[in-house]
Amino acid sequence: MYAQMVDTGAKRVRALEEMSPEERAFQERIDADIKIEPKDWMPEGYRKTLIRQISQHAHSEIVGMLPEGNWITRAPTLQRKSILMAKVQDEGGHGLYLYAAAETLGVSRDELIADLHSGKAKYSSIFNYPTLTWADIGAIGWLVDGAAIMNQIPLCRCSYGPYARAMVRVCKEESFHQRQGYDILLKLCAGTPEQKAMAQDALDRWWWPSLMMFGPPDADSVHSAQSAQWKIKILSNDELRQRFVDQTVPQADHLGLTMPDPLLKWNAERGHYVFGPIDFDELYSVVKGNGPCNRDRLRARVRAWEDGAWVREAAMAHAEKRARRATPKAA
Amino acid sequence: MSHEWPLWEIFIRSQHGLAHKHVGSLHAPDAEMAIKNARDVYTRRNEGVSIWVVRSTDIAASSPGEKEPLFEPANSKVYRHPTFFPMPEDVKHI
Repeated sequence: MYAQMVDTGAKRVRALEEMSPEERAFQERIDADIKIEPKDWMPEGYRKTLIRQISQHAHSEIVGMLPEGNWITRAPTLQRKSILMAKVQDEGGHGLYLYAAAETLGVSRDELIADLHSGKAKYSSIFNYPTLTWADIGAIGWLVDGAAIMNQIPLCRCSYGPYARAMVRVCKEESFHQRQGYDILLKLCAGTPEQKAMAQDALDRWWWPSLMMFGPPDADSVHSAQSAQWKIKILSNDELRQRFVDQTVPQADHLGLTMPDPLLKWNAERGHYVFGPIDFDELYSVVKGNGPCNRDRLRARVRAWEDGAWVREAAMAHAEKRARRATPKAA
Repeated sequence: MSHEWPLWEIFIRSQHGLAHKHVGSLHAPDAEMAIKNARDVYTRRNEGVSIWVVRSTDIAASSPGEKEPLFEPANSKVYRHPTFFPMPEDVKHI
C-alpha cells in the first residue's frame, strides 16, 4: 500500500494480562474505539510505528507527484492538462496533511524529509515504475489511486485521531483521481486501434505492481498483527488485495481490456476472483531500491529540496526582519 | 536545517455562516504566507470564505489528564437538556 511492510518493533502480539497498567488502559481505549490524541499517553512502539507509517504514506504522496508530473507538459488537451495539474496539486496537499499528522507525534518536518532523502524512510514501491505513455496516467489514476482508496477508507477509522482525520480529508478528494484516470482510458479504448493498444500496454505494465502495492501476504507477518491490535491497520494485505481485484476486473471488462493474468477467473463458490501468483521478489527488490526509477525519484526529491533551500531561508529571514521592525523599541 | 518554518493552525469558515472550524496545520514563515498556503491547501474545492491562521505555539490547551475534573461534572446534570422534562402530549409548541 502507500505504507508497505511497516516495522512495529514487535516480536509477537501480547495479551492484556501481559501489559503494564498504563499500556493496558491504552489498549482498552483502543478496543473501545476511543481515539488516541497527540497529548495522550501512548506506548513508544505505537508512536514510532505511526511515525514510520504516516511518514511513509506522506512520502508516497510527494514522490507520487513525479511520475505524473512527467506528463503535465505533454497532456493531449488543455483540459486534460488542467485536470492533471489539479490532481498533482492534490497529491502535494495529501502529503502535507500527512506530514502534519506525523508531526503531532513529536518529530519535525525536516527530520521526516531528511529520512526520506537518506533512504532511511521508504515510500510506496509503485512510484518506482516509469510513466512511458499518456495511457500510464490513466492506469495510475484508475489502478494506483483505486488501490490507495481501498486502503485509505478503512484508515479513516484508525485509532490515532490526527491520522484518521487526515484520511477523511484525503478520501474526499481521492475519488476524483480514480475517475479521471478511468476517464482517460475510456477515451483511449473508444479511439483508434493504436490508442486502445496503448491502454492495454499500460494495463499490462501496471497491473502486477498495483497488486504488489498491498504488500506481502498476510501469513506470518507479526507486524501486521501488532498494527491490527493497535487499530492502525484495519484490514489485512490479502483482504484488501482481494477486494481490489474483485472490484477492478469488471471495470477492465467494461473497457474491453484483458488482465495480464492467464490464471485469473471468477470462482462462483467463493464469490471472488482467483488470480495468479504475485512475484513478491520483485516487490522486495523495488523496496530495497532496485526498481526501474528509484534513483531518479530520490535524486529529483533531493534536488528540489536543495534548490529550494535559499527560498525557504530568504522567506524566514524576511519574516524575522519584519517582525523585528514591528516590535516597538524598549523605552 | 535547524531553522524550520513555524507551524500554524488553520481555521476555515464555510459558506453557510458557521463558525470558523479547525481544518489542519501547515508551516509558513509568517501570517501572510500562512494564509496564502492555507488557501492553496485547504480551500481548493470552495471549502471556505474566510481563513484564520494562529501560531500553534500560541494555542493553550486543556490537558488530557484533566478530562475527568473538567468534563465529568456535566454528566450528572441531565436537567440541562430539554428532554429531561417530559411534556403532556396535549400541550403543543413547547
